[in-house]
Amino acid sequence: MASSDAPLLEVSQLRIKLPTPQGLVTIVDGVDLVIEAGKVYGIAGESGSGKTITALSLLRLLPQGAVVEGRAMLGSRDLLALGRSDLRSVRGREVAMVFQDPMTSMHPMIPVGRQLTDHLRAHLRTSRANARRRAIELLTDVRIPDPEGALRSFPHQFSGGMRQRIAIAIALACEPKLLLADEPTTALDVTVQAGIIRLLDRLRRETGVAILLITHDLGVMSSIAEWVSVFYAGRVVESGRTADIIGDPRHPYTRGLLGSLPAFGTDAEAVPQLRPIAGQPPSPADRPAGCPFHTRCDYAEDRCTKQLPELLQMTGGRGLACLVDPGAA
Amino acid sequence: MNVIELRDVHVEYRRRGRSPVPAVVGASLEVGRGQIVGLVGESGCGKSTLAQACVGLVKPSGGAVLFEGKPVTPLTRRSRPADERRLQLVFQNPFSSLNPRRKVGAQIADGLRIAEDRADIAQGARVTEILQQVGLPAATADRFPHEFSGGQRQRIAIARALAAAPSAIVLDEPLSSLDASAQAQLANLLMQLRDDLGVAMLVISHDLGIVHQIADQVAVMYLGQIVETASRAQLWREPLHPYSRALIASIPHADGAGHLPSALPGEVPDPSRPPSGCRFHPRCSVAVQRCPADPPPVFALAGDRTAACWLQDPAEHAGSALGPPQLELPAPGT
Repeated sequence: MASSDAPLLEVSQLRIKLPTPQGLVTIVDGVDLVIEAGKVYGIAGESGSGKTITALSLLRLLPQGAVVEGRAMLGSRDLLALGRSDLRSVRGREVAMVFQDPMTSMHPMIPVGRQLTDHLRAHLRTSRANARRRAIELLTDVRIPDPEGALRSFPHQFSGGMRQRIAIAIALACEPKLLLADEPTTALDVTVQAGIIRLLDRLRRETGVAILLITHDLGVMSSIAEWVSVFYAGRVVESGRTADIIGDPRHPYTRGLLGSLPAFGTDAEAVPQLRPIAGQPPSPADRPAGCPFHTRCDYAEDRCTKQLPELLQMTGGRGLACLVDPGAA
Repeated sequence: MNVIELRDVHVEYRRRGRSPVPAVVGASLEVGRGQIVGLVGESGCGKSTLAQACVGLVKPSGGAVLFEGKPVTPLTRRSRPADERRLQLVFQNPFSSLNPRRKVGAQIADGLRIAEDRADIAQGARVTEILQQVGLPAATADRFPHEFSGGQRQRIAIARALAAAPSAIVLDEPLSSLDASAQAQLANLLMQLRDDLGVAMLVISHDLGIVHQIADQVAVMYLGQIVETASRAQLWREPLHPYSRALIASIPHADGAGHLPSALPGEVPDPSRPPSGCRFHPRCSVAVQRCPADPPPVFALAGDRTAACWLQDPAEHAGSALGPPQLELPAPGT
């Protein structure tokens, strides 16, 4: 897409159906992503748009009965078609994940140190002493005060921000090439969030790890992600460089998301009203025909109710899936 | 007259066999008629405790909580005094605060019945009217809470509070856990209710961005104390307390510029063992010699704002060339 060397991960035409009481329901519907080493790639969108399911599918963590189509090439290997033993060597070793709530992703009754070293020893087959040394190094790297003491502590003894730092240390222990970060700062205070954003940015620069960042917060996205795809109802409706997408949004949904945010930098006595998108996102089992956004779109025309817009490539690596394109100059 | 007034409120949580945890340590705050006051701060700063003290859910260990000029009675086994029904609380999580087994209309009618003190009034029309006020269709009344999204459920919770014809509503994190567009819809609703019905609101939030959008006045809380109060525009234009400045600088902006937000070093200290002097001094980038020794009082400053920071001490600035933010004596009686 942008750089000349081969991308780290290339997802093409990813389609995911999940079993529900109403039968198989399409959650993700033809998603393409290209992630380069050392870059942060963002996925933005509301709850239920398929962001998390997309990330989980890359580690094959979907519920039983899920139907996945498409390809996710990590180098020459397709993550979606790996056998059991290959999968074991990829998970945590080449692709790692950080979740929104580190309290649920760490074992509450095992000291932090063992959670770090077990993982290191399993993948890297290193000695106990070496693993311990590396664990201290990792905790220092994510700025945990008193790393030696931290090894003996349990997850509940840390604050939310510190727990998330430890979760990141565990994820990065085996120097994965790709880190999937699903809303890593959503549960945190804004001051702590700023620290985690800065940490991810530093790790990306120092270790060259690529980060797939899932967040509904366009502020977080704007500060750290170089590329972004905006998801709506399981499809990418707009993608490109974050600065372009946020500076000049073309899709009515992206414009709506940005219009929903409080205006900063205005110190006027009267604040302008927010311009939220009307209505609610459709449930995956009940997505409208044509463009899935047409029911909430201010610019919708007759054809939008019938025809599904494809993601068309434009200049500067941008993509847009809108028949009307009201943002065109 | 202020609808809600907190005067030097202290709240302690007792622990068996250990010293009590002081969660709120001398907080004073006023909410005027038809005004939205935002109370912001990090987790663990005591803002939810203060909200609960406001409506009498926890008993202050010191100071006074006044609603329409009269002390709020802490909740006991007895029924709440009739006058205090005009003071309502909306919780953060409408999944747990709404009864899952009763229809929405019945839950709103409860509020009406209590407010009117009669069981036989015609409720159907009034329920519809209240639902319309929060932007929900009349058919909502015949459905159950689980049939609605998070944003709609929060509207239902607000409708239930409105049924009691309140003059003030305390809302504890009403907008967190919602998507951006649902959050914006609800923020607009709160401003509209303030303007149309003249309801005063105390909005507790960790999100300074959304508070900046809806509040007339903002109070910033740190470790049990209110460290700064100012009008929305003042606080944004010229935050005086270093903690307020840090909060504002840590907000990531969706401007496409790719600036990293500034992190505030350190953690919120344990409230049972607060730092000496100014409680913020270990994390403060501009602390001076005096800060670890003396706790700063709340200085009343020009522009009807306050700050608890030695750098804002009007006496210190009296002779300096830079000058303080102009010195103004607090008006008597405020």
